[in-house]
Amino acid sequence: MTATGELAAIDFVPAPKAGPRAIRLGLVGGAVAVFVSVNGMVEAFSGRLLLGSLALGEALLLSVPLLIGYLAGRPEPVLEGFTARRPGWRNVLAGLVAGLASGVTLALFVVLVASFDIRGVFLNATPELVRDGPRILTFGLELGAGLGLLLGLYVALGGAGGVLQVLPGRFRRAVLTALGWVAGLALMQPAVAQVLRGIQQELRIWTAPLTDFLYDASGALSVPGIATIAAAAFCLQLLASRQHRKPVRTRLEQLPDRSRRILRVAILAAVLLLLGLLPQVIGPFLSEVLNIAGIFLLMALGLNIVVGFAGLLDLGYVAFFAVGAYTTALLTSPQSSVGVGWVFWLAVPFVILAAAVSGLMVGTPVLRMRGDYLAIVTLGFGEIARLLFISDWLKPWFGGAQGIIQVGDISLGPVQIRTPEAFFYVLFVFVLLAAYATYALQDSRIGRAWMAMREDEAVAEAMGVNIVTAKLSAFIVGAVLAGFGGALFATKIGSVFPHSFNVIVSITVLVVIIVGGMASVPGVVLGTLVLVGLPELLREFEEYRFLIYGALLIFMMLKRPEGFIPSGRRAEELHEQEVAQDEWLVAGAPETGATDADRDEPN
Amino acid sequence: MARTNLVPPGPVVGKRAFQLPIVDGFLWLVRIAAIALILVGATRSIASARLSGQQWRDLVVFGIAQGSVYALVALGYTMVYGVLRFINFAHGEVFMIGAMTGYFVTDGLARTALWEAAPFLSLFIALICCMTVSALVALLLERVAYRPLRGAPRLIPFITAIGASFFLQYTMASLFGTSVKSYPEVEVLTGSFTLLGFRVLRVHLLVIVAALVIMAGLYLYVEKTKAGKAMRAVSEDQETAKLMGINVDRTIARVFGVGGAMAGAAGLLFGLVFQNVFFLSGFLPGIKAFTAAVLGGIGNIPGAAVGGLTLGMVESMGPSLVLVGLGIPAAHQLKDVVAFVTLVLVLIFRPTGILGERVSEDRG
Repeated sequence: MTATGELAAIDFVPAPKAGPRAIRLGLVGGAVAVFVSVNGMVEAFSGRLLLGSLALGEALLLSVPLLIGYLAGRPEPVLEGFTARRPGWRNVLAGLVAGLASGVTLALFVVLVASFDIRGVFLNATPELVRDGPRILTFGLELGAGLGLLLGLYVALGGAGGVLQVLPGRFRRAVLTALGWVAGLALMQPAVAQVLRGIQQELRIWTAPLTDFLYDASGALSVPGIATIAAAAFCLQLLASRQHRKPVRTRLEQLPDRSRRILRVAILAAVLLLLGLLPQVIGPFLSEVLNIAGIFLLMALGLNIVVGFAGLLDLGYVAFFAVGAYTTALLTSPQSSVGVGWVFWLAVPFVILAAAVSGLMVGTPVLRMRGDYLAIVTLGFGEIARLLFISDWLKPWFGGAQGIIQVGDISLGPVQIRTPEAFFYVLFVFVLLAAYATYALQDSRIGRAWMAMREDEAVAEAMGVNIVTAKLSAFIVGAVLAGFGGALFATKIGSVFPHSFNVIVSITVLVVIIVGGMASVPGVVLGTLVLVGLPELLREFEEYRFLIYGALLIFMMLKRPEGFIPSGRRAEELHEQEVAQDEWLVAGAPETGATDADRDEPN
Repeated sequence: MARTNLVPPGPVVGKRAFQLPIVDGFLWLVRIAAIALILVGATRSIASARLSGQQWRDLVVFGIAQGSVYALVALGYTMVYGVLRFINFAHGEVFMIGAMTGYFVTDGLARTALWEAAPFLSLFIALICCMTVSALVALLLERVAYRPLRGAPRLIPFITAIGASFFLQYTMASLFGTSVKSYPEVEVLTGSFTLLGFRVLRVHLLVIVAALVIMAGLYLYVEKTKAGKAMRAVSEDQETAKLMGINVDRTIARVFGVGGAMAGAAGLLFGLVFQNVFFLSGFLPGIKAFTAAVLGGIGNIPGAAVGGLTLGMVESMGPSLVLVGLGIPAAHQLKDVVAFVTLVLVLIFRPTGILGERVSEDRG
């Protein structure tokens, strides 16, 4: 400990470079703001009111300086063993500077759009941004006044971001939680309002006044609503972080066996009851959204086994989805080339069979490949499958570009599943099965073989893992789950077209599991709900969906390769190197409690 | 005898001995089936004489022109792979951005007097613009997305590259619209002439010559200049290169820049041949160019040229030669299937490529 004292006494702080850093961040933020303006996002999002009279587009534009100010105000990284400078006015100043830089960049763009017509090249740089109509970028004001307001807001919000860094950790977290809750509830307005209305109609619980209190007629959060939510979230978070409580998990583990079992059954029953009521409460539209998300969830759980567990990056995953859909269509549609018109359940064994065989066919040739080559070959397989389904050559069987129509509905005894609400239950059973299979496989012998293979194939093989079986079984299990997804997709839509089986589906599923957290079921579920469900709910996002997906993939790989809800083991693997480095540092310079805590904090 | 047997009896050995032959046998079956199909298709379609000699020669010329575009794009893949052992999945989009830039520049120039007066000068201006923009995009990509991940597990930069690819595609879509953009007509490049019995479209000649000149320039750059030497050194051994005083970061950035410039040039040539471009134009050519790079031996610069030309020929002749012979209707629709099947077969059976020096480390 003496060494620490000496080092701390020197109080050495690396040469301050906060100024250039803030300006650089500000310019990046300005570039982002200009980008979302010129590609039409701000305008497309300005139709949805979010908070009071603030539209989603404006909120997007104004969230930039807040974020940039927050990042710029972050205390500088300090070498292990040195004390960090206390947060103070410097952080706020950095935020202000960054906000100013962003604002100036955006203001230059506004002047450019106001004085020249660049629409010939940039299609979405419409006059509505600055000159005519709503004048989104200048908040409906004249150019001069609008620019002033814009700059002022940017500087103020940048400063606010910086102030957040000065607050003590607990308060900062509480403020961020409040912001998150307000933004989330505002964005989820269609869903929240529908759920509250549904509860009132179905369960006769008086929830309508709550809706009217929280939301304006326009669908935006009302001012009292904002205040209530923010205050509630702030206080709750503050209370939750008041004393160091044991995490819920360890508390549960300390309970006696019997009560743990009872608790588990009770939780399961409650969840099942809630989910059983869900489609009735949320109505047909939201059920439809959940159904689409559910089909993607099935695929994501399957790909999670292939990529997350076994570490085989499969970019042609959509091929198995297509195989499932086409098998169902061929067997259940009276119009198809097979023309038997079976009921759905009779087709299911054949879906499993077809998917498993195609999994084997893709898996066998690539047994010797690893990593990126494997990804490209599977991508090739996926494209070959789509091109064959679409080709005139196989038209007599698969219907070419016209696809197959009149795919049979699912029937349960005498009941035909036609409504989205009813379909939800069927889908839910399949998802539950897939999730159960994932958990069961995770702890099984083959699951451990997959994970060993993911970590190091050569070592796994040397330890007696049968690589051939492990790889092929991963491909087959993944293919069968995607096949189920395809089968349900075909019967839900009622027809099958080759255009639905684009490579973009594979990428969507990949984004879902990477953002959610590879090899982690809760992560995959949450990822699907947010990344697939939300764009269905807020249609404005549709056009920018893949742009956001691409940006998310890059961001996740740079900052959080293990995903938002990671599986512990996978995260360890990805950070092995860092851990080794840290250990080396710790061995070299004795650690101090404060810096260690800072390092653990996710940013 | 039993005592000298060095192989310990055990489950592992038993399984290996039992299972690998099945896999190998399957792969051999695929190999034999592929060769048999190609032979049967080729003999039958040649015997049927459905296409005249003139048509075959047209296909050859088209294949070479298309192949030189692939070769230029493949250079970017191969150079980056040689240095970083990393597949830059977004390279196809760099190419597409070059083609887009070419559209905007030629479209702008076509409205000026220069276009009629000095068409080659205006095309040269367009070429410079395309190369610059693509190189800048590639540099930006390297700086923002790839450099921070150097040394990360291999799949991580690859997934980043997939993200970058889609980000660039949809950035172009949202900035410039999703419509297909048509290149303006170039007066001097219309029409054809006959050379040694081959009917050559002028635009094809321009593409082939331009690609040859650019590739020769690149070859000289890599072989003769100091920067090129640094690139070769870095691809040989990064650590040692660093010790020898080579700025590794700058060299890698330069590799991306040069590769991007090649892709930009390819983009313009692609636009001149196919006349139109839109935001998804980079995906298929990108994957095909990667196939070309692997076909020629990835990491190998002359290999990229060889692979590009081979793939161009396979793609232009394959459908007519093999698929028509097998009696498949509408074979031209399956042009991309031929390319993908080539990709799969090459990666499975000959990942070392034609000029088979094994640059990559063991892939198992």
